Amino acid sequence: MSMVRDLISWGCLLAGGFFCLVGAVGLIRLPDFYTRMHAASVIETLGAALILAGLMIQAGLSLVAVKLAMIGLLIFFISPAATHALARAALVRGVQPLLASREQPSSKR
Amino acid sequence: MLHASSVLVFLYGFWLLLSGYFSAFLLVAGAGCALAVMLFSRRMGIIDREGHPIHLSRRALFSYWPWLAVEIVKSAWDVTRRILHPRMPISPTLARFKPSQRTDIGLVVHANSITLTPGTITVEIGRGEFLVHALSEEGAASLAGSEMDRRVTDMEAGK
Repeated sequence: MSMVRDLISWGCLLAGGFFCLVGAVGLIRLPDFYTRMHAASVIETLGAALILAGLMIQAGLSLVAVKLAMIGLLIFFISPAATHALARAALVRGVQPLLASREQPSSKR
Repeated sequence: MLHASSVLVFLYGFWLLLSGYFSAFLLVAGAGCALAVMLFSRRMGIIDREGHPIHLSRRALFSYWPWLAVEIVKSAWDVTRRILHPRMPISPTLARFKPSQRTDIGLVVHANSITLTPGTITVEIGRGEFLVHALSEEGAASLAGSEMDRRVTDMEAGK
């Protein structure tokens, strides 16, 4: 039984690690500030959630698992607010986003 | 009164779960702290339907959050694919659109949900207008009148 639990937990931890790595690769590969924030949001959603889930399975039914769940909720509520604040601050300070349709006059703006 | 007592219960539960010690002194101290914080917040006037939206909790927990979790996984996978693809098929787009929520809390839930799903970030929230930065054109095009918009409006209306 503990074998199965370890397997599921390791699966979650490895998958979470994979998505954190993908986010890091995205931070390097993507071209500008705003697109890089999208890579960061992969880390803070799937990366963080899977790692926390893996740790919660390791912790079993205990207060530690409850605290991990609280950390998850904290990230769930705070990360969009922080991301929004960062993006808005950048736009207000005049960081121009790199847009796909800059050449042709876009009707969206 | 309902909101005040619910805040008290939540604060005390939070204290108990964080502390993990159940001696008589700590139980009483926790109750005292929870009561003090509740009274302070009431004096500040932040205990109301907006500061402590318990009327949304049932629909949020059992209907909206599970749906949102699936959406987050789907869009995170989409962003992952775009990052790892050799040619990186991204088309960053800024899009303005009108959300259909009427209350402030509905607008906040919608904006936060957009930011929380990878690939879209709410950059500005104006009067009935969102400015969203999307990693791909498809992501930007599917914002106005999306299922997310409809679901948040339903939740806010109590359906």
